[in-house]
Amino acid sequence: MTDLLQSVVNGLLIGAVFALVAVGLTLIYGVMDVINFAHGEMVMLGMYTSFFAWSLLGLDPLLSIPLAGVSIALTGALMYFGAVGRVLGRSPLAQVIVTFGLQVFLRGLAQFLWTPNTRTVPRPWAAGLRWEIGPVVIGGPQVIMAVGALLATGAVAYFMNRTRLGGAVRAAGEDPAAASLMGIDPRKMYALCWVIAGLATGVAGALLMNSYSASPTAGVSFVLMAFVVVAFGGFGSITGAALAGLLVGVAQGVVGLYAPSYTLAAALALYLVVVLVRPQGLLGTR
Amino acid sequence: MRKITSITAVLVLAAALAGCGGSDGAGATDEVKLAGLWPLSGPNATQGTDVLHGAELAVEIVNNDHPGLDLPLGPGKGLPGLGGAPVKLITGDTQGKPEVGAGEVDRLVTGEKVAAVIGSYQSGVTLTASQRAERLGVPFVNEASSSVALTERGLKWFFRTGPTDETFARSMFDYLKARQAAGDQIRSVGVFHSNDQFGNDGAGVTEKVAAEAGLPVSVNVGFDPTAADLGSQVAQVRSKSPDVLFVLAYTDAAIKLMKTLDQLDYYPPALLAYGTGFADPAFATGLGALADGASTRAAWSGEIAEKRPAAKTVAELFQQRYGAPMTENSARAFTAVLALAQAIDTAKSVEPAKIRDALRGLDIPGDKTIMPWTGIRFDDKGQNTGAAGVVEQMIEGKYRVVFPAELSSVQPIWPMNKAQQ
Repeated sequence: MTDLLQSVVNGLLIGAVFALVAVGLTLIYGVMDVINFAHGEMVMLGMYTSFFAWSLLGLDPLLSIPLAGVSIALTGALMYFGAVGRVLGRSPLAQVIVTFGLQVFLRGLAQFLWTPNTRTVPRPWAAGLRWEIGPVVIGGPQVIMAVGALLATGAVAYFMNRTRLGGAVRAAGEDPAAASLMGIDPRKMYALCWVIAGLATGVAGALLMNSYSASPTAGVSFVLMAFVVVAFGGFGSITGAALAGLLVGVAQGVVGLYAPSYTLAAALALYLVVVLVRPQGLLGTR
Repeated sequence: MRKITSITAVLVLAAALAGCGGSDGAGATDEVKLAGLWPLSGPNATQGTDVLHGAELAVEIVNNDHPGLDLPLGPGKGLPGLGGAPVKLITGDTQGKPEVGAGEVDRLVTGEKVAAVIGSYQSGVTLTASQRAERLGVPFVNEASSSVALTERGLKWFFRTGPTDETFARSMFDYLKARQAAGDQIRSVGVFHSNDQFGNDGAGVTEKVAAEAGLPVSVNVGFDPTAADLGSQVAQVRSKSPDVLFVLAYTDAAIKLMKTLDQLDYYPPALLAYGTGFADPAFATGLGALADGASTRAAWSGEIAEKRPAAKTVAELFQQRYGAPMTENSARAFTAVLALAQAIDTAKSVEPAKIRDALRGLDIPGDKTIMPWTGIRFDDKGQNTGAAGVVEQMIEGKYRVVFPAELSSVQPIWPMNKAQQ
């Protein structure tokens, strides 16, 4: 029973991180209909930013959150204006190839610049914290990552659903032609999506450095879950992604306790069930 | 019309490439060409380059005169059996991919006409590359792949100088026996392994050797190598509280495991890893004090250099040449290349079949190597029966040999979490 409780708590905490990683992915898909295969690489770049802020400037990963957020937001803008924006309106295959190409390029670049070595922040501030609630032990990094991820996810959801600019982004996604008649430039809104996705992944990367290691392939395990989460929550739905992230986290945690080899299979099985029973996902509309 | 042009272009290109291969392969009969296949790019490039450095140093020692060095082919230039012919190492990049490794064997054997192949660090790549060498009838000497299955295939051209996971497991259980004799309580063991070829094979070997040693395996957890969180998996181990936890994990998971043990504040009395992630320098640098207490098997240790003069000289040469300390990977590659060179020297020929027969008959005593081995002698499966491992424990940020006793200079810390206080 103790172990089950522990696993559920672990699952909820890691699930919040899955949700934050999924936010940018679902946003770009929802507004632009583009699947960003380089999303995990944006997380990876965020992790490296945070790592170098620690190794060169001595900043704790918590303090490098703004730096990583802004850096990857700029990277997102660069990716949009430099590559993705140029194939908008072309065949979906061209878009897939461009984002896939970015994935290969960024991963190769990271390996070239920083070697494939694993980089870890040995003792982040959060690692000194630990709570024991009854028999359940909760590590500081896990709590910090989860709280940070929920706050950041909430902020993006608030921006998209409650502000005028967020409304404009959604309008550009719903009907670009009608939106431009209302004075909204869809291309600017698309660029904004990439900036927000960059911000979210940068923040996620810095949060992850509290417990994880940066390497050129560090984004892979999170982005795989993010794809499951996005499909599960409903493509384009941020609240759906948050909910789905937590559910996938708990499912993995519980399965990890009883059948540790099948955590990935469990997440993908959950995804398969959703696709068969409710193809639009938990909160998706189409 | 365009189609014809492009077909012509392809044909011309193919002819040009074929011409290149031909002119390269011909001539040069006086030097002995060996192929070295390693992951020189991709995620394992760091280890691959380190392995390459070990092999290069061995070639350097064969080709140049090292009068004071007490190793075969150390003194004198080149291979005396072939009139002093120098050895040339031609490298191929496997990128860490099994199919690329096999392709490179083709290229180097048919194009470059190498006499033998050395490689390929990762067990999965060694598997396919050595199968291709078998088909081409060229000896394949493996330096550092430890998967037991490699020498169970009945190949006729495959030789492994290094220990297998089973050899390593035996060394680790010998260590446990020594601990029991010293009064530490060991009633059951657990296995925590990456759910892939490396992890599953290693877990199987551990269970087999544990059964022989009469120790029950109370928990066997295979985790998904891409899992973001290992909390539940560690909770499962904790619920069975084994006295010793055997671990098979790559760097990322190894670091994750040590952090999870710290966060859950649960440590088994001993953690014994099968190298890999635990042997990666990033493990110690990334974890700092959290790494203290973990033990791992190792094929080589810098401390061996303190007991053997030849190992000391080689380690110093390595440090001079590459500005980095010799590691177990470079030491294993060094030893494999030297053993192969000695076999070619004995064969007095670059004919693959004669080299193979010389490898079969090879008998190098342990003190003529830089390894903690009893020697190099291959059994009929191609496995070196003299290979063995040592056990090291991370003490104050450095791996120190704790077993066998004759090579160690420190006492093991048991239970492991005492190392962190």
